[in-house]
Amino acid sequence: MLKKREYDVVIIGGGPAGLTAGIYAARARLKSLLVERGAMGGLIINAGVVENYPGFPDGINGLELADAMQRQAVKFGLETLIAEVTGLEVKDEQKVVQTGEGDVTAGAVIVAGGSDRVKLGVPGEEEFTGRGVAYCAVCDGYFYRDIPVAVAGGGNAAMNEALELTKFASRVTVIHRRDELRATKILQERALADPKIEFLWNTVVEAIEGEDTVKRLRLKNVPTGEKSTLDISGIFVAVGFRPNTDYLKKIIHLADNGTIITNEKMETDVPGIYAAGDIRSGSIRQVAAAVGDGAVAAIYAERYIAAK
Amino acid sequence: MSKPVEVNDSSFDQMVLQSKTPVLVDFWAAWCGPCRMVAPIVEELAGEYEGKVTVVKLNVDENPKTASQYGVMSIPTLLVFKDGAPVSNIVGFRPKAELKRNLDDVL
Repeated sequence: MLKKREYDVVIIGGGPAGLTAGIYAARARLKSLLVERGAMGGLIINAGVVENYPGFPDGINGLELADAMQRQAVKFGLETLIAEVTGLEVKDEQKVVQTGEGDVTAGAVIVAGGSDRVKLGVPGEEEFTGRGVAYCAVCDGYFYRDIPVAVAGGGNAAMNEALELTKFASRVTVIHRRDELRATKILQERALADPKIEFLWNTVVEAIEGEDTVKRLRLKNVPTGEKSTLDISGIFVAVGFRPNTDYLKKIIHLADNGTIITNEKMETDVPGIYAAGDIRSGSIRQVAAAVGDGAVAAIYAERYIAAK
Repeated sequence: MSKPVEVNDSSFDQMVLQSKTPVLVDFWAAWCGPCRMVAPIVEELAGEYEGKVTVVKLNVDENPKTASQYGVMSIPTLLVFKDGAPVSNIVGFRPKAELKRNLDDVL
């Protein structure tokens, strides 16, 4: 339990954006708390190897990068709390962050809660989650050794999942609703050249079927409407992300897709509340960008507190 | 404070199935990020439910037999065993409050 519950800055979310904000806030000698629902690192802890973060020419394991960022922030005095954030209130100029472990107050809040994978939203998906429907190839690829699997999606996450799965599965079928990929070129090149990966273009999953575990997918070709089935025992879903902003709707101005609108100082429409990383409108969802956002947010939060 | 104990394929029967108290089993592996997210929560639950629930961890990489026997195809998976049979199954990361509700329901 926390001893003192009053802070200069409370950071919500322990991914690269939040941890970077923590480093800057702690070095500014602000009394700073970072609230994280699970383990530090955010989405990078599912990523396997991070190849595009500068300074690591051979890539760095996402878990290692997360650990290093956390150690760096804590070294400078950042406090951490493991708790789910359930609400945020503004009382006069004080911000009250409500968590599963009680309330904490702050002069400034940096919202860096990132986003979670969205589900496909088709029949069978909930029923077979953990029984053939999966959302993390690094975690669950191991359970699909020497059998064919499918991946739904066409962006970076989907290509990373497909490439990771080639280490385990006998064949990887990428099911994508368009006729071209949105993933970054280097990932496209690797996936398109991989002999284990095949593509079903212009195709959507309509239902996931099975008995104890997944046995087949019901598919539809988008332009023709033609239906088909694919016998397969696993599907990894990587069709997009949803920002973790449900508890902020009444507090901060959000975009239609639920992301937080900020200016170039990472300020939201509420003075003293900042946003950083994937949770922001227009985020490019890259570690390098999240780190930049976190630094900007912390520096303007420091100035805000100093001016009060 | 009680800490989660590691169980394996050979100790599973005695530690989990024969247990007089309900047992929460955290199926995990070193390569799994979300397992790391669940781990500190599982550790806190071991303390908070001391005497009521035994909390153990099973590394699926080293103990594939037990994982496959209970159909674990996704980690983290948290199974609660009561009188030798699974009574609750949670796949993936969930907030602590939800895990506590789930445990309270089966106790």
